[in-house]
This record gives sequence, C-alpha cells and structure tokens, in this order.
Amino acid sequence: MATNYDYEEAPATYDEAHRQDLGYDPNFVPDSVKSLVVHLYRHIREKNVYEIHQMYEISFQTLSDRLFKDTPWPSVDAVAHFVDNDQVFCLLYREMWFRHIYARLSPTLKQRIDSWDNYCSLFQVVLHSVVNMQLPNQWLWDMVDEFVYQFQSFCQYRAKMKNKTEQEIALLRQYDQAWNVYGVLNYLQAFVEKSNIIQILEQEKEGLEQFTATDGYDYSGGSNVLKVLGYFSMVGLLRVHCLLGDYQTGLKCLLPIDISQQGVYTSVIGSHITTIYHYGFANLMLRRYVDAIREFNKMLLYIYKTKQYHQKSPQYEQILKKNEQMYALLAICLSLCPQVKLVEETVNSQLREKYGEKMARMQRYDDEAFAIYDELFSYACPKFITPSAPSFEEPLVNYNQDAYRLQLKLFLYEVKQQQLLSGVRTFLKVYSTISLGKLANYMEVDDPTLRTILLTYKHKTHAVDSEGKVISNADVDFYIDDVRKTFSLCKYLCAAEKMCFKLPCVLYNFIAADTDGIHKQLWTNLRLAFQVTLLQDMIHVVESKPVKRYGDYFLRQIVKLEGVINDMDRIKLD
Amino acid sequence: MGRERETPKEQQQVSYTVEQLVAVNPYNPDILPDLENYVNEQVSLQTYSLDANLCLLRLYQFEPERMSTQIVARILVKALMAMPAPDFSLCLFLIPERVQMEEQFKTLIVLSHYLETGRFRQFWDEAAKSRHIVEAVPGFEQAIQAYAIHVLSLTYQKIPRPVLAEAINIEGLSLDKFLEHQAANGGWILEKGHGRGQLIVLPQNEFNHPELKKSAADSVPLEHITRIFPILG
Repeated sequence: MATNYDYEEAPATYDEAHRQDLGYDPNFVPDSVKSLVVHLYRHIREKNVYEIHQMYEISFQTLSDRLFKDTPWPSVDAVAHFVDNDQVFCLLYREMWFRHIYARLSPTLKQRIDSWDNYCSLFQVVLHSVVNMQLPNQWLWDMVDEFVYQFQSFCQYRAKMKNKTEQEIALLRQYDQAWNVYGVLNYLQAFVEKSNIIQILEQEKEGLEQFTATDGYDYSGGSNVLKVLGYFSMVGLLRVHCLLGDYQTGLKCLLPIDISQQGVYTSVIGSHITTIYHYGFANLMLRRYVDAIREFNKMLLYIYKTKQYHQKSPQYEQILKKNEQMYALLAICLSLCPQVKLVEETVNSQLREKYGEKMARMQRYDDEAFAIYDELFSYACPKFITPSAPSFEEPLVNYNQDAYRLQLKLFLYEVKQQQLLSGVRTFLKVYSTISLGKLANYMEVDDPTLRTILLTYKHKTHAVDSEGKVISNADVDFYIDDVRKTFSLCKYLCAAEKMCFKLPCVLYNFIAADTDGIHKQLWTNLRLAFQVTLLQDMIHVVESKPVKRYGDYFLRQIVKLEGVINDMDRIKLD
Repeated sequence: MGRERETPKEQQQVSYTVEQLVAVNPYNPDILPDLENYVNEQVSLQTYSLDANLCLLRLYQFEPERMSTQIVARILVKALMAMPAPDFSLCLFLIPERVQMEEQFKTLIVLSHYLETGRFRQFWDEAAKSRHIVEAVPGFEQAIQAYAIHVLSLTYQKIPRPVLAEAINIEGLSLDKFLEHQAANGGWILEKGHGRGQLIVLPQNEFNHPELKKSAADSVPLEHITRIFPILG
C-alpha cells in the first residue's frame, strides 16, 4: 500500500455521479474479489498470520493493479454478506478501501470525512473491546502510517481555501471534528497508553517481558494488534510532531524505542525508514548534527544493501524517494558539521555522486550557497502543516505553505549564523597555534570581531543534549590561552606532528642562548617560518582523532564465533 | 486522568499537577489556562519547564484565537535564559510568522541572534534599550551572565579582564566583587597579567583543556556486555 507523499492531489471534483459514468458499480463484486475477501476473513479468524500477510501484501495489490487501476474497490456493503457481516472485518476492509482511493484516485471531501469516521470506529473497537486477532506488522504499520498521512493530506487540502466551492465550505463547517488535530494526537496517545507499550519495553530490558524477540507477535493465544499499534503509534507521534514543528516533543515520544538496536520498528521497512528519517530531521533542526549524521549513515547503508529485495513491493517507490531525501539531508548536515569520518565509504561515494558539487558550494556560504541550502531543505523536508481550522469569515486564501515557509526561514537563519565558521575552520586546519592578531589579519576582521566569531564557533559546535550535557560536534577544536614565549608553527613545515602543539620554554631558551653556529643557523631558518609571539592571546588547535572502537568489534566477533560454533555443533555427520 | 482544581494556596501543588498534565494528557485544550498560569509561575518563582511551555505553544498553534502574545513573550525570554540550550529556536518553530513580526518578538529575536553569535556587547546594549521586556522576568541578567561564562569557559583557558567585563556587563568595583566571589566559590584564579591588566584563569574542563577529555568513546555499556554473558559461561 504505497502512500505517495508527493501525490499531487487534483481538485476534488470527482464525485459519485462522475464515477458512475466510468461504469463503476459499487455493488458489483468480481469473483476474484469475493474469493480474496472470503479467504482473508477465514485466515484472520484462524490467526494464520503468514497467509494474511500474503493476501494483504500480494493478492490485494495484484487485484488492484488488474481490476481497479482507476476505480474504487467494491463497496463494503457489497462484500459484507460474504464475511458474516463481521463488524471488525468490514472496518478493516473499509480502511483498505479508502487507502486505495488515496493511492490511486483523488479523494473527495466527503470521502475524507468518511475515512476519518471509519478510523474512529476501527480505533474505538481496538481500544475499548477485546480484539482477538493477530495481524501482520506490515498491515498494522500501514494503518498508522496511512492515518497520519491522511491527516497531513487533509490539513494541506483544507488550507487551500481559495478555490473551495460553497458545498465544500459547508461540509467543512459541518464536520469540523473530522481530522481534528486533537483527535489525531489523542488516538495515537491512547494507543500508546492503552497498550502499555512503554512499560512492556522497559520490562523487556529486564527480561520480564517478550516483545521484540517475537517481533511483537503473541504466541500465547492473545492478540498483537493493540500492542503493536501502540508501538507504531510512537513513531506516528514523532511524525505528527515533526509536521507541527515540535521536534523536541517528537523525539521524546520516540524515546522508549532504542534505535541503536534492532526492534519491531525494523521489522517493516517502511517503519524503519520513517523512524530514522524523522529522527534525523528532528536532530538536524535541534542542531545535533552528529546524531543525525550517524543515523542517516546507518539507514542509507542498510537501504543500499537491501533495496533489491523490495523491488517488487508496493513500497519500492517510497523507499527510493525517502532514500534520496535522506541523502539531501545528509549533505546538509555534513556541510554544517564536516565530520566525514562518521560516514561509511559506500554512503560517502553515493553522496559525492549526488551532492558532491553542491556540498562544495554550500560550504562557501555565499548567496549561491544559501540558495542550495534552500533547495535541498525544501526537497527533503516533511510536508509541514497548519493544524488550526481556517477562519471562514476572512477572505479565502491559500495558507498551506505557511508552515513550510516558517521552518525554512528559521533553518536558513541558523545557516546564516554559521556563515563565518567555515572560514575559521579552514584556518584552524592549517595552523596548530596562531595568535589572535594574526588570524584576525588573515580573516580581515578586527580583534573583537574575531573573538565573537571564535565564541560563535565554540557555541555552535557544542550542542546541548537532552540531559543538558554539552557535547562537542567539532572536528577541529581549539582553546585560547595567553602564554609567554610560545611559537606558532605552520603544521606542514614541522617534521614531527607532536612538536606542533607547544614548544616548551626550555627549548626557546636553549635556542636563544646558544650562540653556536649550527643552532643559530637553524634558528634563523626556522624563524622565517616561525613567529615568536609573546604576551598575545594564542589559539591552540586541537584536532579530534578518530577513535577505534575495539570494544564493539570484539563483542560482535564473540557473538559471531559463538554462532558459528553452534551451527557446527548442529551438523550431524553420517 | 481527572484534572484537579487548582488551589490558590498551594503553589507547589499546582506546578506538580501541571507537569503531570503535560506528561499524561497534553493534547487537551482544557489545560491551556493551567499552562498559562504555569508560565507566570515560572517567571515569578524563577523556575523553568521547557516541556510545559512547548505544550502551551502547541495549543496556541491549534487554537490561534486563544494565543496571548504576552505569555508567548515571557516564554521566549525564559527560553533565552536557558541558553546554551536551543530552547529559543524550538519555541520559534511553533510561533506563526505573522506573530514573530511584532515589535517585541523582533527585539527578542535580535537579542537571541547576538547571544548565538557571541556578540555580548551588542546584546547588553540592546537589552538596555528594551528594559521593559527583559526586566519583566527576574533572573534574566544572571542567566545570561551564566551563559556568557559558559561560552567563555569553552573557549578560553585565560581571559583578559576587559573581555570578561564586556561579556557579562559588569565593570569596576562590581566586577571586582564578582571576581572575588568566583575565586572563592567557582575555582577561578586571578592573575596579574603581563602589562595587560588582570587575567582570569577559568576552571579547567575538557573543552578548554583537551588533555582532560575522557576517552569515553571506547567504553562499552554494561548492557552490551550482558549479551555475551551466556557465551562466556
């Protein structure tokens, strides 16, 4: 069930009468559909998750392609009697029915409202009655994903007031509860709470619960629906909060899920990508560039390795789209925080291919650079929404771009503030120590301005994490000291890297005091490259060294070896 | 999840209730008045809660006609005081553009810009011109001074007196008193500079003394080791 975020929704003039003209009869049920519905109903009753998944993922798709390319599926009333008029099945069928409309056709306002009603009914059943089903994670994820998508779509639709007909406005006024932001958030929140998923995940760490180990499925005769919907709703909440521009709360909602590990969120590729995409984006807006880069890197590598397996899946297009967007976001992050060491070789080469030139231009911080930041941000950002209902009294305008424009503006504002940092970075890479005066000279600013630039560099590269701890983002760092008798050396003229840091006073005295020929000559020669600075503020450069993570490596190898030994033990030699 | 009636006597009890509300029932238009009161409480009691303020800004986003620009301004001033945390930006993301165009918000954005880019002199000048905004929130000056010292501590091992004075907007005798206090309690050391006036040695931390940086990168959390306990036997 591919939800196409880029779906350009045509104005909703597609009403019942029009559809009838195309020969769509909502009551006509082809045999293949009857068969699918009957079998699916049976599999659900028998809790045969594998079969359900096959029918849901493959059969439904195939029939859609073959029979319903541009018409809706038969109405739920027409199929209800094949499934004993089972209430829950009908709600599930209707959910898929609407999803098909959104994916292949253009929903009318009435259909949007009806879809909302259907979600309400379906969610009420799951939340308030005992549901004894096991559904595949793919389906459960798609439900949450589609729910948020339709909300986003409705907000976009509603914000385009300019060309609304009288009829549409009347309907909007009448059904003002449909896709109300409170409703959407409260349903997601209700799932999280009612399912007790946060406590389950906590207890799982202590070994008191099984959830991730079984991929969320319940092997003791119960149902996985509420629990897994609760789990995916956390991702849903992250997504909604990002759409609203509240990144802090979004990340908070995701907190119970440990994204450094595999989990139920990785069991469905769509959920994995959505989680990481929004996590990365939120961190980008929170200026936690290193966190964003790390997660984008992992995700992009994973997609690179596994996308071939999803080629036939209905989500393939979506996967590719999100892949491209994450590369764009990664390019932005790396331009603002050049930590190339965090990026895997494969991902890096792909990144160079797609955005190498643009990244070089972005780091120049001129007008052209801002245009590129604008372009990439606009391409890759979520479709921000204005959650409030329109005022029907004021003249009707389109305000669907307002939210996006605000986020873009604030983002570019942040980029502008980092403008002078690029220049500082270049100099810091070349010098190990340099006096303030000299650097100010090179950068063509006065001393006080340079001080503010250096303070800005420090402030922007030292992010504050969620616990209030300060973490350095900087690949090249420095500190300022006032030291007597210190040399500044150009790094490339110095033989031993170690010497670059700070020559002790002793050496200076030694060289100065020595009137012997050889040392004097050395001193004279070096002096050309040296600058003996006294009593001035000195900037000492600290370059971060890549840390080899032996601990993780050993752990992984130990587990791997154990696996190999176990496999070998299992082999029976005849 | 019943909302408790706020009792005018117990200030403590009200804030506990509000935090609970934000944690448990945040998407609820009824708590808007409680959140507004909580902002005023944060101002008068010199406390701070980002989550509660974000919750309120969200509710304003959902129902723009209920927005109080005065409360929003107070939230922003509080956020400014939370620097170096990016709270100010986080709040701005939730405030509609046309509201941000109002005078008082433009001033606050300018103030934030100066602080973000280390331009303390310009900041204090501008703040002096906008006393009505910043004086409404007690503790503002101290909070900004703490931020200034934080950034200076990241950057300098030793800092000349004039640079410090400009950053924290204290001079002369007051500055002497301030420095004495910090020397006694904050681990600062006052040195006689070499013909350049006083030098202040700031406390050592891993940012201005790189040798103090703990190599935490290679440490492995205990949970990961527990995974191989069965193997190690």
